[in-house]
Amino acid sequence: MAQSIATMQRTTTEKPLVGYVHSIETFGSVDGPGIRYVVFLQGCRMRCEFCHNPDTWNIGVGDEMTVDEILNDAIRYKAFWGKKGGITVSGGEALVQIDFVLALFKKAKTMGINTCLDTCGQPFTYKDPFFSKFAELMQYTDVSLVDIKHIDSAQHKRLTGFNNETVLAMIQYMSEHGYHMWIRHVLVPERTDYDDYLRDLGQYIHTLNAIDKVEVLPYHTMGVKKYVELGIDYPLEGIEPPSAERVKNAEHLLDTASYRGYAS
Amino acid sequence: MKQMEKATMPTCWEGFQPGDWMSEINVRDFINKNLDQYDGDEEFLAGPTAATTTLNDQLLALKKKEREVGGVLEADNNVVSSITSHGPGYLNKDLETIVGLQTDKPLKRAFMPEGGIRMAEDALKAYGFETDPEMHKIFTHYRKTHNQGVFDAYTPDMRAARHYKIVTGLPDAYGRGRLVSDFPRIAIYGIDRLMQEKLNDWNNIGDGEMTDEVIQLREEVNDQWKALKQMKQMAASYGYDIGRPAENAQEAIQWIYFGYLAAVKTQNGAAMSVGRIDTVIDAYIQRDLDRGLITEEQAQEFIDHLVMKLRMVRFIRTTEYNSLFSGDPIWATLSLAGVGTDGRHHVTKTAFRFLKTLDNMGAAPEPNITLLWDDKLPDGFKRYATEVSIKSSTIQYENDALMRNEWGTDYYGIACCVSAQPIADGMQYFGARANLAKTVLYAINGGKDELAGAQVGPNYEPITSEYIDYDEFMKKFDKMMDWLADVYVNALNTIHYMHDKYYYEAAQLALKDTHLDRTFATGISGLSHAVDSISAIKYGHVKVIRNEDGLAVDYAVDNDDFPRYGNNDDRADDIAKWLVKTFFTKMNKHHLYRGAKLSTSVLTITSNVVYGKNTGTTPNGRKAGEPFSPGANPAYGAEHNGALASLLSTAKIPYHYARDGISNTFGVTPNTLGHDDDARKDTLVNMVDGYMENNGMHLNINVFNKSTLIDAQKHPEEYPTLTVRVSGYCVYFADLTKEQQDDVIARTFFETM
Repeated sequence: MAQSIATMQRTTTEKPLVGYVHSIETFGSVDGPGIRYVVFLQGCRMRCEFCHNPDTWNIGVGDEMTVDEILNDAIRYKAFWGKKGGITVSGGEALVQIDFVLALFKKAKTMGINTCLDTCGQPFTYKDPFFSKFAELMQYTDVSLVDIKHIDSAQHKRLTGFNNETVLAMIQYMSEHGYHMWIRHVLVPERTDYDDYLRDLGQYIHTLNAIDKVEVLPYHTMGVKKYVELGIDYPLEGIEPPSAERVKNAEHLLDTASYRGYAS
Repeated sequence: MKQMEKATMPTCWEGFQPGDWMSEINVRDFINKNLDQYDGDEEFLAGPTAATTTLNDQLLALKKKEREVGGVLEADNNVVSSITSHGPGYLNKDLETIVGLQTDKPLKRAFMPEGGIRMAEDALKAYGFETDPEMHKIFTHYRKTHNQGVFDAYTPDMRAARHYKIVTGLPDAYGRGRLVSDFPRIAIYGIDRLMQEKLNDWNNIGDGEMTDEVIQLREEVNDQWKALKQMKQMAASYGYDIGRPAENAQEAIQWIYFGYLAAVKTQNGAAMSVGRIDTVIDAYIQRDLDRGLITEEQAQEFIDHLVMKLRMVRFIRTTEYNSLFSGDPIWATLSLAGVGTDGRHHVTKTAFRFLKTLDNMGAAPEPNITLLWDDKLPDGFKRYATEVSIKSSTIQYENDALMRNEWGTDYYGIACCVSAQPIADGMQYFGARANLAKTVLYAINGGKDELAGAQVGPNYEPITSEYIDYDEFMKKFDKMMDWLADVYVNALNTIHYMHDKYYYEAAQLALKDTHLDRTFATGISGLSHAVDSISAIKYGHVKVIRNEDGLAVDYAVDNDDFPRYGNNDDRADDIAKWLVKTFFTKMNKHHLYRGAKLSTSVLTITSNVVYGKNTGTTPNGRKAGEPFSPGANPAYGAEHNGALASLLSTAKIPYHYARDGISNTFGVTPNTLGHDDDARKDTLVNMVDGYMENNGMHLNINVFNKSTLIDAQKHPEEYPTLTVRVSGYCVYFADLTKEQQDDVIARTFFETM
């Protein structure tokens, strides 16, 4: 219901478009280059087993905020951004609210703010109206953080509930157009932490353009308490975070050291 | 003209750029003429020499022993500490390049009864020592102490305010400290010249009309002159003639240290700052390096050995004092870097060398390293400093531009934690702090103490309604602040009169100009809780819960969503600004001792725990006895918009009304700063830059995981050098009381998942 209101508002330009915001972090330093003002949008269709923010899953709930409300607040932190920082839209899955993200980034760029999109690519499609919006959004996006949850599509489906075709299609599109990306991969024992998969993923990333950084994010259990609060069973019960050794191994197989574009 | 100056340049000054500093005492001019800026990175630095490592191991072994025996290895009980009271003492004479101890043995504590004999005796007793009966007799019957003087003059009101802890930590039984001496004067000019200058000053005090002021100052300057003479004697006992200027780097550092040693031999002040010595030392080191007299290894060794000495300074203090300020702090605050009023940064290789000591000898809480930060500092230095922070959490960052502009000079140093002080011609009278959170409760209870039930403040009409009416409360709060400002400022007037009379800091003030601008420092504790309580009353509809005697002891808030300080929300932050400015204005109405100018701080050091313990439940939801948040930090759990929102709330407190400093202690996990070292350094540099650009004044930065602290609490022996920054100083985590450790663990750690 709430989402259909947002859709209606999009068609009449005078009425402000609102985003459904889960939360805001003023001090994001691992969500793109530099220090970033991170807007976590509400809503995601994937159900990643390791998700540490299950409270962001529901679509169409959260605090309603306009583009101006967000940017007027964000700009107060400009002094912390230095040369690289700016705003990041994350989630949930940011692209679930692509209309809002597009309006936000469009306005942000008029203010000279660096923009970063954190996405897992699930909503991506070449079909319109999504595709033309996405293509336009890319014009206003300085860098995207793209999660590849699993390189094997069947495993991807087991892990997230979806195949990885849409994700890879989006990445391919961005690669072809030279849109800058950071590729991130969550290392989960018994799910993604297998040398064969990691090697495949590493080879795949090598075929891409404009990859500024590749990061291995070790799975952690800090999200467990949210599951308890929400009364949802924790799917990875009993799985411990990977050892430092396995993280190093993954970094080696993904050849993370060779992607240094982010440093410049 | 140039030719002539060159021709008359004495050997000790050869190689330095001439200037006004030659004809008058003017260290600032020496710095400006001889500043050797360094824009590079840390690559040039040298590791510890074998001698440094040996000495440091000896010191660590002694410290371990000290902790094992309960805190104090040895203590004097029959020698009153003075500049010349002890013969020379060494850690290891053959290896030390910089020498001098407070007493005749390392870590042996001196007997300092002049602040108060009872305090000195209690301190000895706390560690199992007895005072020599003769000393007891002398300082009870023949020689009056500062403490006795103060209590002879205090009014009942002042005693009550002190007893019920609405004012706490007053320097009425120990040294007020907080003086930043111009120690480099000794290196550049030598003691003989300084004595001559003081004699000239003495001859020019007053026009013969012996007013109180003239008599007082003439007596004091005479004492200063004598102190200088004693410094010379003390140095001679170590085999050095500091009558003449220093001729090389080792001497310059040694001369400066003798000045500092004289200070800590005579005063057990609340903070014994080292001041600002990096650029002067750098000029001497560079001259020696240019002349091929020393290597970088030797230069680093001198700095390491000086810092090692600063790590050895000790005072013996009472249990009560330690519960306020844990971990034996002495606040040997060392201010580094900064930018000159001419726009040049003051980063030298020696600023790097001082930071390198933490690497060469391991982390330690002293000296209290304070970076005078400015956007203009070179990137290499900023990044190295943040690297040290990430590794050891031992650095505090202070806004140089803010202080430079407010104080009108670039030659200031930090006294204690966050109080700037012009080094050549300024001083401050330290004044602890008043508890504004408790004042909120006194306003509600008509001046009755919420814990004891006693009538402490004036007997005004209490709030009797079920719900607190905001307007009624504000009227009552305003009146209660009037009372507090009055009793607090006048207690301090009494204290400083007596301190000057009975415990004058002759040695430290001998190394400053004779005619000084004085600051009357006061402080605020419980700011965040007072602000949030007022906000709760204004926005949250607060219901009072009273005990059988009708005393308000608890509160219920209908709307728990009221604005809280720490979220960059003006509704709450404006209350904080208003409160600081209002309390300042109320204090400023009063007469201030010796024409001093009022300043105030929002700083608690570790006393936030004790203040909280002595304060009942506050309307913002903080329960009776729970610690306050430290300094100007938001209340625990009040922050909902992340670290930067929290910092920007603090940054709004107007420095102009809190020129004694506004402290923020920031805890963050390494992974929150970034996934690798480069990113972490970038994040910290940008964070400090951003905070200061928004007029934030001070940041303690702690980088570690909460789990590390929890583990360190369980296994202290495995973390002997784990240091944490608390409000304004740095301390070994293991030296904190259990309650303070719990408090540090409970503090907000900004953490991303």
